[in-house]
Amino acid sequence: MPRLSIAPLIALAAALVFPAIPGLPPFWVTLADYIGLYAIVAIGLVVLTGVGGLTSFGQAMFVGFGAYTTAILTTRYGVSPWATLPIAILITAVLAFLIGAITLRLSGHYLPVGTIAWNISFYYITGNLDFFRRYDGISGIPPLSIAGISLIDSAKLYYLILIAVVLSIVATQNLLDSRIGRAIRALRGGAVAAESCGVDTSSAKIFAFVYAAVLAAVSGWLYAHMQRAVNPSPFNIEASIEYLLMAVVGGAGHVWGALLGAGIVTIIKDQLQDLLPKLVGQQGNYEIIVFGVILVAMLQTAPDGLWPLITRPFRRRAEARPRPAPTAVEPLLRREVPQRGAPLLEVKALRKTYGGLVAVNDIDFSVAAGEIVSLIGPNGAGKTTTFNLITGIERPSAGAVRFAERETTGLPARLIARLGLARTFQHVRLIAGMSVIDNVAIGAHLRGHANAISGIARLDRAEEARLFQEARRQLERVGLLGEAEKPATSLALGQQRIVEIARALCLDPSFLLLDEPAAGLRHQEKAALAALLRKLGDEGVAILLVEHDMDFVMGLCQRVIVMNFGSKLAEGTPAAIGRDPAVVEAYLGAVA
Amino acid sequence: MDLSIFLILVQDGITSGAIYALLALSLVLVFTVTRVIFIPQGEFVAYGTLTMATLEMGEVPTTAYLVVALGVLAGIAGMLTERRVITTRRLALILAETVLLPLLILAATALLAPRKLGLPVEMLLALAIVTPMGPYVYRIAFRPLADAPTLVLLIAAVGVHLALTGLGLVFFGAEGSRTTSFSDLSMTLGPVLVSGQSLWVIGASAALVVGLFLVFDFSLIGKALRATAVNRLGARLVGIEPALSGRIAFGIAAFIGALSGLLIGPLTTVYYDSGFLIGLKGFVAAIIAGLVSYPGAALAALLIGVVESLASFEASAFKEVIVFMVIIPVLLWRSLLHAGIEEEE
Repeated sequence: MPRLSIAPLIALAAALVFPAIPGLPPFWVTLADYIGLYAIVAIGLVVLTGVGGLTSFGQAMFVGFGAYTTAILTTRYGVSPWATLPIAILITAVLAFLIGAITLRLSGHYLPVGTIAWNISFYYITGNLDFFRRYDGISGIPPLSIAGISLIDSAKLYYLILIAVVLSIVATQNLLDSRIGRAIRALRGGAVAAESCGVDTSSAKIFAFVYAAVLAAVSGWLYAHMQRAVNPSPFNIEASIEYLLMAVVGGAGHVWGALLGAGIVTIIKDQLQDLLPKLVGQQGNYEIIVFGVILVAMLQTAPDGLWPLITRPFRRRAEARPRPAPTAVEPLLRREVPQRGAPLLEVKALRKTYGGLVAVNDIDFSVAAGEIVSLIGPNGAGKTTTFNLITGIERPSAGAVRFAERETTGLPARLIARLGLARTFQHVRLIAGMSVIDNVAIGAHLRGHANAISGIARLDRAEEARLFQEARRQLERVGLLGEAEKPATSLALGQQRIVEIARALCLDPSFLLLDEPAAGLRHQEKAALAALLRKLGDEGVAILLVEHDMDFVMGLCQRVIVMNFGSKLAEGTPAAIGRDPAVVEAYLGAVA
Repeated sequence: MDLSIFLILVQDGITSGAIYALLALSLVLVFTVTRVIFIPQGEFVAYGTLTMATLEMGEVPTTAYLVVALGVLAGIAGMLTERRVITTRRLALILAETVLLPLLILAATALLAPRKLGLPVEMLLALAIVTPMGPYVYRIAFRPLADAPTLVLLIAAVGVHLALTGLGLVFFGAEGSRTTSFSDLSMTLGPVLVSGQSLWVIGASAALVVGLFLVFDFSLIGKALRATAVNRLGARLVGIEPALSGRIAFGIAAFIGALSGLLIGPLTTVYYDSGFLIGLKGFVAAIIAGLVSYPGAALAALLIGVVESLASFEASAFKEVIVFMVIIPVLLWRSLLHAGIEEEE
């Protein structure tokens, strides 16, 4: 939710008058220009690395894409410098999409290493091909000009760079505060939870990658027209490392942190390049020693960067300010609820093996709309695996699942979620660092349609209001509206489970799978949860739950399915199950 | 390219491939034990060659002072880490490892270096100087981050790489060095002229691989390292200290790095920043093997060595591009194998 704050306006005013300070050495303006150029790249890294959790050591390559595109087009083909900006953006976006499509499939640590490989290759390709004029590079790039005034000196270019920085900041903040932004933020909580909410995590990753690359290309385009010459060395892997350093120092999770980090690193580098060669007595890029030490020290002492440290005293005051009361908006469209008693989920001979271990052994059961069914069994019986097979987190080895009159066996989780199946997790999967309500709103991802462009341009406000009204409605329903603005992971574990239920309800599900929802709840909270589930059942929502609290299960469910060692042991009404000798034996051991 | 050129290229490729294999093995070791993607591995290679080159001139290399400085820092870091539980015995152990040991190494170097006692002594000195840097770097940079996500550890590794490369520039200057060949021998095996140095490299690598295999399979420390690699928490529960496993893994990595540096010193000119690319190639091999398989990494390393050697003949300007782009189809293939939703840590 945007709140008009005075601090950014003061910063902007200061930036506007900065070059006009009497007696200011011109070099300072040049330095400010560089800070702006680097900040644009670092802001891209905030989205990609800080928010999306995808580390890239290849941003300098994308800067190079932008710079070389305009260098080649303006010097060789006489294209006007302004016309090359959209071309540079387009070329970079396409290349970043292709590179991302290959590289982002790699999880975790493979991705950064893949980007290192790309960046090194780019360096040697530009350095060895005549097309890029080899290591000499391309010179004679025309300066930018506005209304006949050419922006040659750094003071004139300053305002253009300032505009680019401001636009990058505004666009990025808008993006992060939108539906797509939440999807990118959801990447950090792991793909499983996000996919279960219907988020297409591969697209979210590629989008973040392309977005960061495009910002880098804009910076490169400006850089080429500022230097009026390009060569491979400013776009090598060392530069990429420096961009990442800027993001880490400033605070990779914060847009303003990128600006701060770019400023600090650029100024330190400039000072060290003067100082260190004098100390050592010879020329060389000794500043990397200091950078390396700073990087490690930052990770050890302030892994979130300097920005959160600096703003902490102010933030507390900002949080105390109440949010404006939401205005009533038209609620979101609801899914058509299936007829009570109509078959909703059918599981046939479902099987999952891991090597020789049969985790789920030819299970059959079905659940009808509005029915509340419980899946019980000793630890390791295969209950959670069964959940994962139904929801598409894991692929069954054999057997079939039908949901909502569709064959869903082996479909990815997000497509099954689209059909109206929502779930919670045994080990809570909320996104740390996001508020309760933002977490819940991720559940409503599929009920919004705004794309990234409308998010950046703020054309999504009406839809956002509806999504958040829905999130508030579901939080109120589970009794946690009072906690909406708190960080999700600050809640007690039992409450976090309830937040997951609210998130699942935001999907407007016709079928709810709850993995141990009552664990960690107090007696009264359990009663409230039971009442809520019963009410959902009356509305026609089918519920399948795994639960160890037998009082809770027996009082709530119409039917109980018992699993043991991957197989179905028994099925029936709670009363019948309680008397079943096989069940009693599985739980208590054989009576001698 | 005729057959004899091809065979020479393959021989060159296998020689450098053997080095990449060593580096790949130690990268796999460090990653499985500590989850650190050890980018600074290559710096130990450069330090190895350049330290050796300085020793050959009969001078005390600056790295001998660096090991003392790193030791003191590691000692401080170690005491800070254990400040709540430290005992006199632990304190004495830490001081012996981080202060006494490097001082002894420095003293030995100062004493022996000017006498130019020949290749074996100088090699041992170079190894003694570089190897302790591994555990010290672990104590200083990575131990305090032991619980951080892999990505944070990777960024820290890049930080260490920057610092060590910069220090390399300070110590050794921008000029590269070569060291004396172990043997001037060369012999003809059928149509191929095999150089003695190549045989040394291949032999030493093979011996080290076998040695590591024996250590891992038969020694208690090796088993402890493997246990840590398989399950850190489980290893801890049976009394294996993960920090100790980490230090040993880093020690082995530094040793392998320095040894690789000694082996390639006579074959190619090594600059202060040569290590990065050499290490990355070991890395490409390790990645091809999925960062977990030792034999896979060794095979991939030989393949990379040969690809690089052939590429440098056919398209020398693009050999780095070709080597690094080998990684892409492999990564693609790997990711196609894991089509499902992957959980990141």
